[in-house]
Amino acid sequence: MAVLLIAEHHEGTLKSGTLNALSAAASLGADIDVLVAGQQAGSVSETLAAFAGVSCVLISDAPEYADQGVENVAALVTELVRTSTYGHVIAASTAYGKNLLPRVAALLDVAQVSDVVEIVSPNTFVRPYYAGNALATVESSDAVKVLTVRTTAFAAAERMGALAPIKTISVTHDTGLSKFLSADFSVSDRIELTSAKVVISGGRGMGSGENFALLEKVADKLGAAVGASRAAVDAGFVSNDMQVGQTGKIVAPDLYIAVGISGAIQHLAGMKDSKIIVAINKDEEAPIFRVADYGLVADLFEAVPALEAALS
Amino acid sequence: MKVLVAVKRVVDANVKVRVKADESDVELSNVKMSINPFCEIAVEAALQLKESGQASEVIAVSVGPDVCQEQLRTALAMGADRAVLIKTGNDLEPLAIAKLLYTVTQREEPGIVLLGKQSIDGDNNQTGQMLSALMGSAQGTFASQINVVGDWVNVIREVDGGLETRSLRLPAVITADLRLNEPRYASLPNIMKAKKKPLEVIDASDLGVDIAPRLKVIKVSAPPERKAGIRVNSVQELVEKLKNEAGVI
Repeated sequence: MAVLLIAEHHEGTLKSGTLNALSAAASLGADIDVLVAGQQAGSVSETLAAFAGVSCVLISDAPEYADQGVENVAALVTELVRTSTYGHVIAASTAYGKNLLPRVAALLDVAQVSDVVEIVSPNTFVRPYYAGNALATVESSDAVKVLTVRTTAFAAAERMGALAPIKTISVTHDTGLSKFLSADFSVSDRIELTSAKVVISGGRGMGSGENFALLEKVADKLGAAVGASRAAVDAGFVSNDMQVGQTGKIVAPDLYIAVGISGAIQHLAGMKDSKIIVAINKDEEAPIFRVADYGLVADLFEAVPALEAALS
Repeated sequence: MKVLVAVKRVVDANVKVRVKADESDVELSNVKMSINPFCEIAVEAALQLKESGQASEVIAVSVGPDVCQEQLRTALAMGADRAVLIKTGNDLEPLAIAKLLYTVTQREEPGIVLLGKQSIDGDNNQTGQMLSALMGSAQGTFASQINVVGDWVNVIREVDGGLETRSLRLPAVITADLRLNEPRYASLPNIMKAKKKPLEVIDASDLGVDIAPRLKVIKVSAPPERKAGIRVNSVQELVEKLKNEAGVI
């Protein structure tokens, strides 16, 4: 039984999470078809064809998929599964994958397993829940297993010498249920949170959105991404797509620097798999120190500029 | 237009859940239970739709055991007009919950169904999307703004990298993200009034829906604990450790 992997892409560029999901799919030891649904996404399918593990790239290039509206793409994926012999449908556990795969699963009348961190066997998976305070090992009895996989738990797939064939799918679906109106993407040269090797995040202790500039200066020195705790997002300091935590992004960089973050369980759920954790907080009782490899009790408004200077 | 809003009873966000010693489940006896925070945001969004004249009635619905009436009463105290409890056991999977909610949408025919994007116990982030699939409707997940325009509703969605605005044909399913609103507190008079609002209880077994689990939980284990490291006394010492001891910069 082959695996159907859903590629995620934006403006002609493959999103890196797809490559982590590809590794997860490859661990099942079956053929992997990768679906690229979109318009003018030919370059994405060519990129994917070069990666290890890909048996075939399926491209569905049509105006109906131009904005990757979930209703149309879910209808396409469901039809592919019904007319073929896929045993698994897999996507990265990103905003896109989380939006799409539960819809696909319900259309197929099967369960969906979210945020898989380990594939034990083709029907047994490990996933965190309760803000990462527990790990459940679950066995699926469904004919088709629909999984979103946590990208930080699987290494990115690598390029190989040979190219997989690219097959065009002519069937299209236009449900007419929703229309794309506009997008507002923060234009930033900074590396994405989920793929950064170093992340520096600020919490309520930052005091304001302007003060995040202090973190950005350190990030520039380290080639780091900048994140935030939910408290900082709630306080309106920064946008929600910077949120690291249970209901935000899950990161696991080599170095995570938590600045002015108390360390609520919801935040720890998003970063506790980082290799090295540094905490800078003036409250020496802050729970973040219980998970930090290096803790510095200090006023962040002195320590962060000093850190920037020390890295220069 | 009716608005249906789903609420879930979950372990309180401030409780650190622990795994049982026999690794069969998490320990939930005697822990504080609350309305799921994202469901609370969904209730507030439903109430705002009614208050701005875009909706006529707000119906809160929950799926679970009898005690879930507490969370429905919270929704009623916030301002929902009436409530429906679909009585089941604990631990239903999202697909089963979506199927049960679907029966309520067939009966009530709401223009908008609101749910939280994720419950903080199961962390599945599935039920709204599944319900939308069963209804054959449009879905607007991770909403940070909702605006009804004729037979359509415009939803600003929190996606990776920024915001996306989509227009959804009604009826539609919308799931609430963090910044959609700040839920109101129920006042004491409203809590008293909520006790008299209608709350209908339907037994799930009377609905003829297949809610059998598809997943078997084999084991529940605790994640590896991180140990606290060391305290450094200065930024210089920190940088030195990161360079020479940890080797990460």
